[in-house]
Amino acid sequence: MARKKRVNELGYSKSDYAGAPSTLCAGCGHNAIVGQMIAACYEENIPPEKLVKFSGIGCSSKAPTYFMNRSFGFNGLHGRMPSLATGALFADMSLIGIGMSGDGDTASIGMGQFKHVMRRNVPLVYVVANNGVYGLTKGQMSATAEEGLALKRQEQNKYMPIDIVWEALVGRASFVARGFSGDPKQLKALFKAALHHHGTAVIDVISPCVTFNNQDDSHHSYAWGKIHEVALHELSFVPPAETIKVEYAEGETAEVELHDGSQILLKKLGHDYEPDDRGAALQLLEDANKKNQLVTGLIYINPKQKSIFDIEYLPPSPLNRVPDEELRPSRESLGEVNAKMF
Amino acid sequence: MTKTKSASEPAVNDFSITVGTVNGSGSQTANMALVRAFFKMGIPVSGKNIFPSNIQGLPTWYSIRVSKDGYLARSETTEIVVAMNKDSFAEDLDKLVPGGIFLYADDIRQDITRDDVLLYPMPVKKLVREVEPPRELRDYLNNMVYVGVLAHLLGIEVEKLQQALDFHFDGKQKPIDLNMAVIGKAVQWAAENIDQASPYRVETMHGTEEYIMATGNTAGALGSIYGGLQFSAWYPITPATGLPEAVMKYRPILQKDPETGKYKLVVVQAEDELAAVGMAIGAGWAGLRSMTATSGPGLSLMAEYTSLAYYAEVPIVLWDVQRMGPSTGLPTRTSQGDINLAHYLGQGDTQHPILFPGSVTECFEFGWKALDLAEELQTPIFVLIDLDLGMNQWMTRPFQYPDTPIKRGKILWEDDLENLDWEWGRYLDKDGDGVPYRTVPGNTHPKSAYFTRGTGHDEYANYSEDPETWDANLKRLNRKFELARTMVPKPEIHLQEGAEIGIIAFGSTHPAVSEACDYLTADDVKVDYLRLRSLPITSEVKAFIREHDRIYVIEMNHSGQLHQIITLDMSDQSAKLISLTYNTGLQLTADWVKNAILAEEEK
Repeated sequence: MARKKRVNELGYSKSDYAGAPSTLCAGCGHNAIVGQMIAACYEENIPPEKLVKFSGIGCSSKAPTYFMNRSFGFNGLHGRMPSLATGALFADMSLIGIGMSGDGDTASIGMGQFKHVMRRNVPLVYVVANNGVYGLTKGQMSATAEEGLALKRQEQNKYMPIDIVWEALVGRASFVARGFSGDPKQLKALFKAALHHHGTAVIDVISPCVTFNNQDDSHHSYAWGKIHEVALHELSFVPPAETIKVEYAEGETAEVELHDGSQILLKKLGHDYEPDDRGAALQLLEDANKKNQLVTGLIYINPKQKSIFDIEYLPPSPLNRVPDEELRPSRESLGEVNAKMF
Repeated sequence: MTKTKSASEPAVNDFSITVGTVNGSGSQTANMALVRAFFKMGIPVSGKNIFPSNIQGLPTWYSIRVSKDGYLARSETTEIVVAMNKDSFAEDLDKLVPGGIFLYADDIRQDITRDDVLLYPMPVKKLVREVEPPRELRDYLNNMVYVGVLAHLLGIEVEKLQQALDFHFDGKQKPIDLNMAVIGKAVQWAAENIDQASPYRVETMHGTEEYIMATGNTAGALGSIYGGLQFSAWYPITPATGLPEAVMKYRPILQKDPETGKYKLVVVQAEDELAAVGMAIGAGWAGLRSMTATSGPGLSLMAEYTSLAYYAEVPIVLWDVQRMGPSTGLPTRTSQGDINLAHYLGQGDTQHPILFPGSVTECFEFGWKALDLAEELQTPIFVLIDLDLGMNQWMTRPFQYPDTPIKRGKILWEDDLENLDWEWGRYLDKDGDGVPYRTVPGNTHPKSAYFTRGTGHDEYANYSEDPETWDANLKRLNRKFELARTMVPKPEIHLQEGAEIGIIAFGSTHPAVSEACDYLTADDVKVDYLRLRSLPITSEVKAFIREHDRIYVIEMNHSGQLHQIITLDMSDQSAKLISLTYNTGLQLTADWVKNAILAEEEK
């Protein structure tokens, strides 16, 4: 008897969310991101046509080719994915934007657009595949590389690193998380929550570059991550329809309700941390840095922060489907405009 | 009052006034009151602000020309000077023609170095004090004194000044009354103290009845809105800022749904020009009518994204309100120096159509036409104007409602894809005209999506490094550019019987060139004139060049950029193409054009 193909509630199989075969290196952390993004969208029953992918330039930004062929995608310019997404998402506010960026893309030329997309709270899942190194140009230091990092053919890194999560918090992102490619289960839960968040969801994913920066002592390696990762909580995501069914033990689990009624459940793992205080989040990072820890999980969320779509006073129906005859103001109105000129 | 000649017959409706003031002193109210009063009297008038890159304190000038012949270009001479600024006093006095009128604030105590002009010191402070204004408004009212004195000297109808101020202050009675009170005092003072007849006068005529007054920036914004503009991202830069500001001003009036109160047009002030163009391209890609506006420095920043939009075939309109470069240059002075930059903006073999509006009303027309062209050709379309056209108030024909429906180009939605009898590919040239069919996000057809990239791609938008695929794609883009040549606005050609030489000019120089043509004709130098309205040059332009012995390409930059572009396009005609460039930051004048051509013709 032939086995029935597994499908989600929409009747789509996982292959409906597949992209082109990956041309990234075998073992690249970004492949885990691709895999978990496909799983999250499949399991959340999001029609591929409702997703739009954006990316900048670099290994990270090639990743959108490897998931969801049935979604529109735009591979833009270095560090300038956020502006592209900002303009495009206005065309149809029912679409879900996924922005793929890297540390080279976001933490250097992209710093300005990164900061401003958060400030505007454009609904966008903003994934930074962070490996501390420029892969496509073969192994130069990125701005997130730790001080003292030694790479082949490069001078030892003399500068302090930029911390994407820290910058996101200071930049007032309404959703800030850190994942690790070596922890796919948590990554998937973070992606699910981000896909349901109504605002910019920044997920800094430590995603090792197996070719250029995976030495055991590198802060962006699998080995370092495995030893130093401290997950803040056991994270699970409950879609809107299922939230009433969920029961949780008092005091052990905190829940965060999102814009669409879905919930993020945070089961405590020995920390008494709730992600609703930006100041506490910054303190957490500062303490973790001192202890040489890689803190992962949902670090900050404010589901109520207004998005750019709430601020701009726009109709709910897609702007890119407004009929031509409604686009042009009337002939009479031009008469009035002319009459009011001197 | 002082001396010298008074001409027997005054010059009527044919002179220029230059007002020298301190930047930020509120002289715009006074100057615009004069311009609008002349306009309401039916006298063709132009006003040009020559201002410094400064908020307050540096010298600034405003020149007004009234011309019964309808000449609106800057004049080389000034017959009346108003000196309100001690720092530019000596310089301003030097500008005046012999026999001209020199009005100045009597608290400026400087040597009068000329005895061949009419000198009128005005008791500015005294007259303003007489109307007992609030202390903080005193300085602003000073300028109304020269308005009143000029009204008396020239014969400006005070009622017309009242109408002008009514408009300026949007009917707010208090400031109107206060300003009119000062004007009244000044008129009275002039009547009692100036007994000489003015050598310059204005008289009511009927030269402005079919005109309005507006700036090119406002017209460009309105034209875009009437072109169905849906998205605009921008970043502040002089002299382009007025264009997006006008979009914001008219958005609630023209693009707000009366029932829901929701906007059909999005405006985002971006963090810089890199982001402004990125947003505009994102919107254009996703199926919105999209535009950004900037000036040269901003355009430089937009280069890389424009190259992507060209290669990925994204419709977008870019307005460049040119200012003087290179570099930061003269940010408040006019120029036509970005033609090469715009035409070839971006790395690789990029080339872009450019529209050149030659009047304020044409800014409106090209505003909507550019959006049509961008979507029909699926490519960036540039509209180039300059500070003079963009920021100054011009008398211009009323804006004409578009005479063709909105054109969205080749776009496929769900039903179109469902009913297609061929296999769609994003970059497949099905029609053989170089323009493929596109889909946009939100389309729910399972075959609608494609991946857009600035890297090599084949007809089905798949990544490709294949040499032949690359070459074929670039050749198709060139076919599209050749198609643009047949779609962009055609030139406006003015012919004369027996002319053997021709002029090619464009944009804000039109008034100066057209005036110069009259002068040349009067000097028996017959000249035809082609006002170029777009690049690439159309067949009409090529024919015009072939049909003349010599062609003068006139432009406001140093290197003759348009001359270079035309020469490249018509290398067999290059010997007859002569470049005449004027590059001072000031507007071109008819005298300069006439003299430049005569000098060449006499060679």
